Amino acid sequence: MATETTEAATDAAHGAAETSAGMPQLEFGTFPNQIFWLVVALVVIFFVLSRVALPRIAGVLAERQGTITNDLSAAEELKEKAVEAEEAYNVALAEARMEAGKIAAEAKAEIQAELDAAAARADAEIAAKTAESEAAIAEIRAGAVEAVKAVAKDTTGEILSSMGVKADARSITSAINARLKG
Amino acid sequence: MATEAHGEEAPGLVFHPLDQFIVKPLFGGEHVGLFTITNVTLWLALAVAAIAALFVLGTRGRAIVPSRTQSIAEVLYGFTYKMVEDVAGKDAIKFFPYIFTLFMFILASNFLGLLPMSFATTSHFAVTGVLALAVFFTVTIIGFVKNGAGFLSLFWVSSAPMALRPILAIIELISYFVRPVSHSIRLGGNIMAGHAVIKVFAGFAGLAAISPIAVLSITAIYGLEVLVAGVQAYVFTILTVVYLKDALHPAH
Repeated sequence: MATETTEAATDAAHGAAETSAGMPQLEFGTFPNQIFWLVVALVVIFFVLSRVALPRIAGVLAERQGTITNDLSAAEELKEKAVEAEEAYNVALAEARMEAGKIAAEAKAEIQAELDAAAARADAEIAAKTAESEAAIAEIRAGAVEAVKAVAKDTTGEILSSMGVKADARSITSAINARLKG
Repeated sequence: MATEAHGEEAPGLVFHPLDQFIVKPLFGGEHVGLFTITNVTLWLALAVAAIAALFVLGTRGRAIVPSRTQSIAEVLYGFTYKMVEDVAGKDAIKFFPYIFTLFMFILASNFLGLLPMSFATTSHFAVTGVLALAVFFTVTIIGFVKNGAGFLSLFWVSSAPMALRPILAIIELISYFVRPVSHSIRLGGNIMAGHAVIKVFAGFAGLAAISPIAVLSITAIYGLEVLVAGVQAYVFTILTVVYLKDALHPAH
């Protein structure tokens, strides 16, 4: 500390002398020293930069540019592939749809044919049953008319005989038949 | 700084705004010889170290996706490269390492000079003068080597009327030789003035009544000086590139 103080004091004295001369920038006695060290510094910086730093940075920048270009082209390729895959998918989808339509139509036709056959069979059966029933009804109706005729003949005969009228069977029958027809 | 503490004036108000620029031997003694290690040497060495740290240590990863330090180095590289290419043309690219060296040295020195207690090497005309003269001579030599006597067409304004051309030639010639002066004093003067002003306000900070204002002013001027440090480094470099363009393509 003590040496520093004395140094500072001498510096101050020195400084006073200097101040009369002007700015430290115009202290020409220090110029050779400054210029020497400046040149040393600049040469060192120049060699550090031009030998190590600048080639390295240029390399990194070029490499990065290359990587970006590669990545972009790879992305382009992948995109093309995706488009192709989509097209193939669409084609396959359309084909499948067509196939499905065909199968559905076939199945429909088959079912329709079966249905038609069954309906025809059922119709025939129903027609047969109807005819049978009609025959039975006609028979029954005929039987009923006969029975009515017989009962009417008998009844008429009985009524006439009870009234004391003698009538032969043939005239009664013809009368009843005429009446029933009317 | 030490001299301030020992100033003879009243303790409150001490102005030695230019003392920060005094060149002093670091390891005792008074005499500043050619090879003496001085504070200039120290701060030049620190500038070299800062540049090496940024551009060698910072880029040692060689990463495709850069680290923060590597991005700074790359941005500075790209910025300067583009400036040289845009202003001086493709054929100036071979001078890019020299221009980049100049730019990085001035940038690093300006910013290092802004650290408290530091020494601003670029505030010395010895330093900026050497830089400007180196640019001046290099550019003049390149001009004559590339264009021969055709380089003199730089001073002969062929688009002007014949009668005016000799007069313009004299003006051009004077302005050409004034270039290194303006080139060096612009940088040195800016840095020196900024540092001196901060020091003056620092002196006012010794008065309790106005010390808050003084400290605020220092803060504001410091912000301005940060800007000046970058801008002046850029201005010095782009002028160098413009001079280089004149040397490579002298026709008006």
